[in-house]
Amino acid sequence: METLMSILVGILFAIGIYLILTKTLLRIILGTSILGHGVNLLIITMGGLKKGGPPLLGIEDLTYADSLPQALLLTAIVINFATTALLLVLSYRAYKVLGTDDTEQMRGTENE
Amino acid sequence: MNNFVILPIIIPIIAGMVMVIFRKRIIFHRYLSVCSIIAVGIVTLLLILQIDQEGVQTLQLGGWEAPFGVSMVADMFAALLILTTCVVALCCLLYAFRSIGQERENFYFYPLFMFLITGVIGSFMTGDIFNLFVCFEVMLVSSYVLISLGGTGNQLRESIKYILVNIISSFLFLVAIAFLYAMTGTLNFAHLSIRVAEAGQDGLMTVVAILFLIVFSLKAGLFLFFWLPGSYSAPPTAIAAIFAALLTKVGIYAIIRVFTLVFYHEPEVTHLLIGILAGFTMILGAVGAVAYWDIKKIITYNVIVGVGFILAGAASLTAEGLTGSLYYLIHDMVVKALIFLLGGTVIHLTGTSRLKDFSGLIRLYPGLGWMFFIAALSLSGIPPFSGFLGKIFITRGTFEAGFIWLGIIGLLTSLMVLYSIMKIFINGFWGTDTSEENEKRTTKGLLLPLGILTMLTITLGLGAEGIHHYVDLAVEGLINPGNYIEAVFGTRSVH
Amino acid sequence: MKKSNDVIIRSVTKVAVVIILTFAINLFISGHHQPGGGFIGGLAFASALILLFLAFDIETVRNHIPLDFKVVAAVGVLISVLTGVGAMLLDHPFLFQAFGYFKLPIFGKTELATAVLFDIGVALAVIGTSITIIMTIGDDR
Repeated sequence: METLMSILVGILFAIGIYLILTKTLLRIILGTSILGHGVNLLIITMGGLKKGGPPLLGIEDLTYADSLPQALLLTAIVINFATTALLLVLSYRAYKVLGTDDTEQMRGTENE
Repeated sequence: MNNFVILPIIIPIIAGMVMVIFRKRIIFHRYLSVCSIIAVGIVTLLLILQIDQEGVQTLQLGGWEAPFGVSMVADMFAALLILTTCVVALCCLLYAFRSIGQERENFYFYPLFMFLITGVIGSFMTGDIFNLFVCFEVMLVSSYVLISLGGTGNQLRESIKYILVNIISSFLFLVAIAFLYAMTGTLNFAHLSIRVAEAGQDGLMTVVAILFLIVFSLKAGLFLFFWLPGSYSAPPTAIAAIFAALLTKVGIYAIIRVFTLVFYHEPEVTHLLIGILAGFTMILGAVGAVAYWDIKKIITYNVIVGVGFILAGAASLTAEGLTGSLYYLIHDMVVKALIFLLGGTVIHLTGTSRLKDFSGLIRLYPGLGWMFFIAALSLSGIPPFSGFLGKIFITRGTFEAGFIWLGIIGLLTSLMVLYSIMKIFINGFWGTDTSEENEKRTTKGLLLPLGILTMLTITLGLGAEGIHHYVDLAVEGLINPGNYIEAVFGTRSVH
Repeated sequence: MKKSNDVIIRSVTKVAVVIILTFAINLFISGHHQPGGGFIGGLAFASALILLFLAFDIETVRNHIPLDFKVVAAVGVLISVLTGVGAMLLDHPFLFQAFGYFKLPIFGKTELATAVLFDIGVALAVIGTSITIIMTIGDDR
């Protein structure tokens, strides 16, 4: 199972990086989003994919799942969500102000 | 348990949230922000005295013992940096009052500033590597908004680059944390230190260490600084100054912390790499600073030189080198804020950042001119100003560790830094006054924070003996991770 | 502008919003020992509001719920932080949570915990932030 997950993480990373290397802003944002999902899956895989009950009171189980990676994951998802939203708003503003969403045409240091 | 430890983090966040609730009252925002920064400064001072007396102070949040809960650890190293942060932040705030503009103030400038400070202080104080990530993000998200606040074309373009680079480095950070967790099963710094020391730092662990180095280098601008000059010259002066003073320093702090507390077993690999990167950073930064004829560009490249120099001291992993790093870190925070504010004031007065377009400023603004002169000398480490001592110690540290080339690069680049800053001084302040209108624009209120910082750089240089005791304590804590671990776990033995 | 045909979504929304809100509160309360809690409850609550935004338009909803959601988020964070500060005043570590069992008239023996206050803060923060984000992306000026 870990092997399968690792391959999946690799695929997600590849897609994410491919998208980030394209020129359109929207694709770049989608790329970061997919990369983020890859990272999240990596965290959960690294915690060990074992069967076990939830670590809650009142549940009698022989093994418990490790809850720390899940807590990390939740935090990472929230932060990812916030930054993606911010980036979306910002690139929309940039599109309106600069009149293009092509990073190639955005180049330059002059303040027009 | 010492609840004082958490106060520097929660005071700014409470202040920021109250400001968001009372959005329209800008005057109230100003008072509250200044008051809370001063309060944090006082608490940190008390904390420093306490650390001096009783050793490293810790707090386990919610009473959950380490390594299960989140620990906050205030050692001398962190506390000194927090105190410097407060002073610098206060000066940038005072400068912002006069210069930031109504529109940005209405759009949550002060709350965002407070959240930025929260993130910075949190990063200095956290005892848990995942919490470090969270504090980094608090700081970065505020900086994302601050850098794009106002929304001019140039700002938007630069902020998109800045955000993208930082998002990707945050992902790399998470990847590194995931690997580290898989290998050690813990994320608490003290616990990590114990486990890595027990299991030995094998090849795989060193790879993870280098992954962390890459992440922090991206944030600190160590070698991977390609994003830095553009992003730091886009926002208005007060924001650029606080970025230059604090954001890269947090990355530097993280490198020093991680590579003295956790991954200190293979210095032939990791610390040599830090040294090489620091060397390249200094050379490339100095070349950039010498080559440009634009004030903003020159001073942003000087930030990069500073990063390289501090980490040259850290790379040596000797007491001398680390002492130098800490002195220079404190000096660098103060003087980078000063030089950015001075540069911003010059641009504000002349309306251009191109050096060839103005001269003779010292006639109209003698105070500004002399402060610039002092800042320039201090920046390049000329006695009796604050940069000198750091330079001496770092150079001695690198020689002691056998990185003689690194020390020489450091000294050569200081000359280039001096040249680059003097270029501004000679071209901009000396010479005949070429401005046509010849009217004197007001510098009222702008000079106060500049004066405070200038005084500080002089005092830090002349009165270095006064803080020597505290710096020594901090460096001792860095050299012997034992104190830190003992403070977190108490007398319990943990494996 | 042509009036869009959205009878179905509006009718469904009117019913669904009530159900989602109830479910959100249920999630929030069950969070103490079972899966749930402030974060997920807040998200469910926000999703109900977002459904309202979709079915009607932002202006209409804003007129009926005249709240600045940034303030909601700020109040939420403040509540959460202040529960931590409360623990500090009683000389416990920051964020220390206490609980106890009380006999209440209708519920009988009930566990009351200060963690609920913290969770209320989290829920408000989540609601405020997510609605703010959706509104910023959604409304095009």
